[in-house]
Amino acid sequence: MSDSHPIIPGSGITGASDAYNIEGRETPETRPLIPLGQRYYAEEKPRMGFFTDTTVCIGCKACEVACKEWNNVPDVIGELTGQSYDNTSSLGANTWRHVAFIEQRKPIKMQQEAGLMTPGSEEDGEFRWLMSSDVCKHCTEAPCLDVCPTGSLFRTEFGTVVVQEDICNGCGYCVPACPFGVLDRRQEDGRVWKCTLCYDRQKDGLEPACAQACPTDSIQFGPLDELREKANGRLEMLHEAGVDDARLYGANEEEYGMGAFFLLLDDPEVYGLPPDPEVVTRKFKSLWGAAAVAAGALVAGVAAAFAGGAR
Amino acid sequence: MGSNMAENHPVGFQWVVEARLRGAKIIHVDPRFTRTSAMSNLHVPLRAGTDIAFLGGIVNYILENDRYFRDYVVHYTNAPVIVSEEYADTEDLDGLFSGYDPESRSYDASTWQYVGTTVSGAAGQREMGGITGEQAHYAQAGELGHGGEPPEMDRTLEHPRCVFQILKKHYSRYTPEMVEEICGTPKELFLQVAEALCENSGREKTSAFCYAVGWTQHTVGVQYIRTAAIIQLLLGNIGRPGGGILALRGHASIQGSTDIPTLYNILPGYLPMPHAHQHQNLEMYVERNSAKSGYWGNMKAYMVSLLKAYWGGAATAENDFCFDYLPRLTGDHSIYPALMGMIDGWCKGFFVMGENPAVGAANGKLQRLALANLDWLIVRDFSEIESASFWYDSPEIETGELKTEEIGTEVFFMPAAAHTEKNGSFTNTQRLLQWHFRAVEPQGDCRSELWFMYHLGRKVREKLANSTDPKDRAILDLNWDYPIEEESEFEEPDAEAVLREIGGWDENNEPLPSYLPIKADGSTTCGCWIYAGVYADEVNQAARKKPYWEQGGNWVAPEWAWAWPMNRRIIYNRASADPEGRPWSERKKYIWWDEEQGQWTGYDVPDISPTKRPDYEPEAGAVAEDAIRGDKPFIMQADGRGWIFVPAGLTDGPLPTHYEPHESPFENALYGQQSNPVREVYPRPENPYNPSDGDPGARVFPYVFTTYRLTEHHTAGGMTRTVGHLSELQPEMFCEVSPELAKERGLENDGWATIITSRTAIEARVLVTDRVVPMKVQGRVVHQVGLPYHWGSKGIVTGDSANDLLGLTLDPNVHIGEYKAATCDIRPGRRPRGPALVRLVEDYRRRAESHNGGG
Repeated sequence: MSDSHPIIPGSGITGASDAYNIEGRETPETRPLIPLGQRYYAEEKPRMGFFTDTTVCIGCKACEVACKEWNNVPDVIGELTGQSYDNTSSLGANTWRHVAFIEQRKPIKMQQEAGLMTPGSEEDGEFRWLMSSDVCKHCTEAPCLDVCPTGSLFRTEFGTVVVQEDICNGCGYCVPACPFGVLDRRQEDGRVWKCTLCYDRQKDGLEPACAQACPTDSIQFGPLDELREKANGRLEMLHEAGVDDARLYGANEEEYGMGAFFLLLDDPEVYGLPPDPEVVTRKFKSLWGAAAVAAGALVAGVAAAFAGGAR
Repeated sequence: MGSNMAENHPVGFQWVVEARLRGAKIIHVDPRFTRTSAMSNLHVPLRAGTDIAFLGGIVNYILENDRYFRDYVVHYTNAPVIVSEEYADTEDLDGLFSGYDPESRSYDASTWQYVGTTVSGAAGQREMGGITGEQAHYAQAGELGHGGEPPEMDRTLEHPRCVFQILKKHYSRYTPEMVEEICGTPKELFLQVAEALCENSGREKTSAFCYAVGWTQHTVGVQYIRTAAIIQLLLGNIGRPGGGILALRGHASIQGSTDIPTLYNILPGYLPMPHAHQHQNLEMYVERNSAKSGYWGNMKAYMVSLLKAYWGGAATAENDFCFDYLPRLTGDHSIYPALMGMIDGWCKGFFVMGENPAVGAANGKLQRLALANLDWLIVRDFSEIESASFWYDSPEIETGELKTEEIGTEVFFMPAAAHTEKNGSFTNTQRLLQWHFRAVEPQGDCRSELWFMYHLGRKVREKLANSTDPKDRAILDLNWDYPIEEESEFEEPDAEAVLREIGGWDENNEPLPSYLPIKADGSTTCGCWIYAGVYADEVNQAARKKPYWEQGGNWVAPEWAWAWPMNRRIIYNRASADPEGRPWSERKKYIWWDEEQGQWTGYDVPDISPTKRPDYEPEAGAVAEDAIRGDKPFIMQADGRGWIFVPAGLTDGPLPTHYEPHESPFENALYGQQSNPVREVYPRPENPYNPSDGDPGARVFPYVFTTYRLTEHHTAGGMTRTVGHLSELQPEMFCEVSPELAKERGLENDGWATIITSRTAIEARVLVTDRVVPMKVQGRVVHQVGLPYHWGSKGIVTGDSANDLLGLTLDPNVHIGEYKAATCDIRPGRRPRGPALVRLVEDYRRRAESHNGGG
């Protein structure tokens, strides 16, 4: 019994799991360089990630604030957007956690779950307000990592993808490569900034700031395997309760593997997530192949021209 | 209900989410669809200010369908008690109770008493002297008949004057149809709530109500909570695990600030403040305030020990323990009369600590005019808030109604330390005291409240040291010798020493283990009797942080922090067992009588003398808790019963009754009496009211508005509008309107709107949202406007203050303002600037013939 109690209430981290306890610390000097294109850190540890269960997100934005406080992300005081309670609009260089607020007319399955239904016009359906905290997906095959020419982007020993701000030269190749629009250059310094899955905290055996701040455990942090198992259990529970809309997004390695995946109540595009994200760099091989054919044809043509010219 | 828990108590709301995951049904009844509604199984909209009609409808549903918990109701509530023949109900008097005096706009409560005896309330207007003076006598007798029972009862609940039948009649017209008519809530939806509540109550199950200022901030605020109390008593949901009525507080330790009060009319531990004329000495005070039976029978011991804490060695039996040093009441000395006194010039100085009245209080203009007419003003806060800067940047400076050079107020700004910069305790809604330790030293001149008050007192005492004026003895004789922290660079007093004094000690200076040994002879000292034991064994019990999984499987986790009284986690928990002392059910067992051991046992500290048998009957002449039977859980009441009907203690009636808010676009569908007849009004030029339904100008202000908070900001914004990471999340003042109202008034999402009342006009950005629904009430559609109130002139993000729109009108029991329901007009575009703003509001007032109260 005692081993299943959370270390930090609301954290979802249990006493039994020491999987992310780091023994010893590496300094930049002792840390081996990661070869370009390598997906995983040489000394692999269990891959860590986020499971964001949007069905219990109360939209408090504590994750946004905790992230910014811990990582020294600047605030951007703008105007009211008029988009429900969302005034940070999207993920970006200065917003590494972003809570989306979606107001929609739709039957609320939660009410069916409890045998309660609000009467109302059939046509409109009932109102529901979806909230979801978005974050960098720390992809299994991260296109940003593949295109980064400086090695600033790297795969950590926790399987996460991190930008090293002292190496990033601001080339911006990673920005269009990301299928989720996560990577973004900060106007003030031109460099790219994004969620590190609190790399520094993980190195100290702490969970990321957002997960710790989340009061309802909507954001859960842990070894990805365990999180996926947990998420499947939760999904099953919801389906049994009649919440047919519930689905996982990014939990299936065969479709598109994400280190940060989600439990949603509607189609991903409703939450501003691409329904079918693509690893653009997967096409590199075939692109290079086509280029080689073209180059060969060119050489042949030139040779033919010379041959002709000799006549 | 009356709470937006997910937004305003997100940390506590994690347990609601967890309960839902375990299968609990969450129902949110609120005018708006909020983040709480989004997390609930069911959202039920209602018109702001009509909750008593809704809850009264539930009472009626329970009674009509025989859904009440009969054994609980008969044995543990005053349902069987026969009420005085002179009592007349609102059903008889068209919305008034017997004893109403239109001249003084007050009630003589004597006709509300039980037949054959008089009892005094466990709280509230105990001695009733504040109303007529004459009634002070009625609290004296308070004796029960044979065997600790009221003299006349009918356990069959059929006597026409028993509380049960009076209740039935009182709510007989609160039908589902009437609920729909008044609240605008569809009947089917209301019935779902009533049924869900009944289904989830009884021996095997319990239901809880959570409320916040959405219930309290009305002219009938106390009666809102009373209605919930009636429901919970009828359903057997008090004193049992999973039951209760939970007051969600607006700040950390608001509970603590009533236990150790910052209120004018109570002393620590809910001891009443003495009155000037009725309480000439300690004996008279005790006699007039305490009942002979029930826990308040020990009032003298608690009072004497408090006086010992205040005046230590100077307090002796010979000098009545310095009882005469205590200030006396001569009337209502709450903040509101004081504000009027500032405007009228007799109140010259003002301390503002932990509040920001220029933004956070109703009728902001009146608040600022008051501040501008002081000699001196002390503001303690993290930064220069609007209450300190009003003299150069208030809206009245912009309109020309105030001129900086003409304001004589000398403002002293004292920077305050944050809770992370000081030691202290928070008392939460569950009465749990949790100690917090200083994490960092305060910067610059920032200091704790404790430092400020201690050194202020020290300096005042130094100045008076040579005084021979007898009035200064009260200050010079004070116990004012708190130790200073050894390491402190600026003489910070030791907060734990203060806690130790609150927890109390005996004649050997040993900390009290609980309130039980507190004596009336001056041998014990205790700063707050209900907190006695918080320093037991010389240990700061509030600082205990032992997690529940290290507490031997007791899910109540008694070793996490400390709860008053006596570390009891659920009060009145005797009610978790049946009259014979057996748990009502295995599933809900909590404390029970162990016949073998001859004592009460269970998961919590029993809220009854541990060896008092369930069949105990008091002998004639027994006093205090000994006068309460063994089968009566509500030991603070003179009769040990939960009060469905309140014979004493309330100024506005023994049963909650639906009255329209002071400003309402509708007439009272139930009675000729429109609003609470004894609500407090301030008819003054600075405080004009919008006309209500029935007045010719009512249609000038056709919409209902309500004010509230957002997760992203805290109250009047002093703590959050100064923080970039919070300001960016809600950068501008806005209003929330339905698409229907937007269409009716030409409002555009993301555009601007001006909201107008008789007080002023403010501007706000517009959010058009389905989260606000128009309600159909009395055949008409009424639109509601939602207004967060966080903005003001200072900070990173600024904006107009919603509270400027409200008039001052109060609940008569606790003097809380009606912030949650009033009327307004709304139109597109920004408000006029400068004197043009004043002209706009004057124009509205003229058209509406706004008046100064009445009704």
